[in-house]
Amino acid sequence: MVNFGFSALEIASVDFDKTNRKLAEEIALLEPTFSTCISCGSCAGTCTASRFNGFSFRNMCHQIKLGNVTKAFVESEKCMLCGKCTLVCPRNVNTRNICRIVRKAANN
Amino acid sequence: MSKKVAIIGGGVAGIEAAKKLSEFGYEISLFEKDTELGGHVAKWDRLFPNQRRAQEVVDILQKDLEKIQVYKSANVQSINRENGSFSVNATGKSYPADAVVVATGFELFPAEKKEEYGYQIFDNVITSADLELMFKKFGKPQTVSGVNPSRVAIIHCVGSRDEKVNRPYCSKVCCVTAVKQAIEIKESLPNCEVFNFYMDLRLFGPGYEELYKKAQTMGVTFVRGRLSETSELEGGRILVKAEDTLSSKPLKMSVDMVVLMVGMSPNPENNELFNGVGLAENSDGFLQVNDYHTEPTKSQIEGIFIAGACSGPNNITDSINAARSAAMDAHKFLTRN
Repeated sequence: MVNFGFSALEIASVDFDKTNRKLAEEIALLEPTFSTCISCGSCAGTCTASRFNGFSFRNMCHQIKLGNVTKAFVESEKCMLCGKCTLVCPRNVNTRNICRIVRKAANN
Repeated sequence: MSKKVAIIGGGVAGIEAAKKLSEFGYEISLFEKDTELGGHVAKWDRLFPNQRRAQEVVDILQKDLEKIQVYKSANVQSINRENGSFSVNATGKSYPADAVVVATGFELFPAEKKEEYGYQIFDNVITSADLELMFKKFGKPQTVSGVNPSRVAIIHCVGSRDEKVNRPYCSKVCCVTAVKQAIEIKESLPNCEVFNFYMDLRLFGPGYEELYKKAQTMGVTFVRGRLSETSELEGGRILVKAEDTLSSKPLKMSVDMVVLMVGMSPNPENNELFNGVGLAENSDGFLQVNDYHTEPTKSQIEGIFIAGACSGPNNITDSINAARSAAMDAHKFLTRN
């Protein structure tokens, strides 16, 4: 192929042929409600921490599903584990437990 | 002498209307253009939301048809109205009728019109109807070379909510069909990855949301973003491109098979069939009913009634309800003073 001297930024796109979805699969086994998120965003909407540090539980989970594990690890540190999101989730996702699993994975 | 009713179309709506009107004591002629009754449902393998065999529903409907005059392979060419009664012209003959129920259904959106999706260009791009045939034949999906796919992309809204192909409306049943088929792929091939590309998920009926949750739990991945284009890779695999709108990033992936969820389009025969008698079409191209809210199975012409998906996308239950409603309307019309 002709080399034009520039290329697409890897980070700027999602390539499901290259993503590593291992963490997503592990979480789904440990906490099956991880799979049932409908991306409504009520978790992030109610989040107290988000007012201060922009934390979004929905986005963290989405990054894990896209294989952006490092980004998700950094995000998980922003959570205060207060559990408000667990109260509002319409699909009964155990959000707090998922945050704990992600942090644990980050430390291993 | 009992009055005569002609029913045009022998799908689920047509059969049900015929049976109900026959119970009221009318003489029924049922015209079906195909060689068999059952319409689109007869071509389907299993039904949402409980995955029962479609044939089961067709068999139940086809019971007790003895009193009904069924004309198969009968193409209705025109309907004439004179002095308040009708004549239906089919395959060169004219059949008199005191009332007409139109149940001409829909056609599946011709997916080749979305050329960028590659249907009939790339072998491993198929439609939801093709997949149902595959389930009927093999019990599981297989690529054109006869192998079971290890990764499938299911594309929602093909020929629905798309002004580029003149189908601005939602076809109502494709989202739940996509979820049902995703589950069936997973059940028949547990190691196969399934990705559903959707814009909104519009699953509105009892048991549908549970079906969606079941698919998620089985590992089906739902990607919010409309397919932009496909291209063929070496070995017949397909590269799909979309945007992951939840992270605002362009997305690509290679799959073994692409399944296009084709929507419901107006039956192209409706125009020439009904223009003569004065039946109008609505803004989506389906048959216009007299009052969308209060008279959904009456046409704008006295004595002609409308049942099923010819007036817009419908599921089986809604079509059968419409058929019964049309039968009641026809009965009221035929017993007027």
